Amino acid sequence: MILARVVGTVVATRKDPRLEGKKLLILKPVSPDGKDEAGYVISVDTVGAGNRERVIAVAGSSARMAEGCKDLPIDNAIVGIVDDVHLD
Amino acid sequence: MYLGRVTGCVWATAKDPGLNGRKLLIVQPLTPDLRDTGKRVVCADCTGAGAGEIVYWLRGKEASFPFLPTEVPVDTAVVGIVDSIHFKPAEPCKPAEHAKPARKR
Repeated sequence: MILARVVGTVVATRKDPRLEGKKLLILKPVSPDGKDEAGYVISVDTVGAGNRERVIAVAGSSARMAEGCKDLPIDNAIVGIVDDVHLD
Repeated sequence: MYLGRVTGCVWATAKDPGLNGRKLLIVQPLTPDLRDTGKRVVCADCTGAGAGEIVYWLRGKEASFPFLPTEVPVDTAVVGIVDSIHFKPAEPCKPAEHAKPARKR
């Protein structure tokens, strides 16, 4: 899993029917100390994350194990909203 | 599977029900000679590893297997705490031994 920040949303009308009703968010990966990392990913939201929130995103086939994502054509899902990161 | 060092942990209240009660650790990937390499990742923990410990972790769907029969949406998991590493850096291969020039006839 990676830490990421929600930076936007994606709206798509023509899409796979299994994706209907799923919220798609644009994520910017961040390091644990809050610095932006390269690239962006589009992720399916399963926890109700909002703009600018820091989240945990799971990639690959494990994304389909998130709540309500069984057998969906996705490879990235938000599975948690970060309250706090503790670095030693 | 990869080596890593636990450098912190993450708290999340709103999360997938499959993650309830799971510890989420921040792991810095390491080379076998324990130098940092690559970006830090958030791993689910099934070993009870703590801060500063050297662990091994895995990536991909297999990371959810330690938590079966519960289907947990994780793609990285800490699966072992390292006791010791025996590692000798590989010597650079000698081109003369492996790639001899073709014999002249």
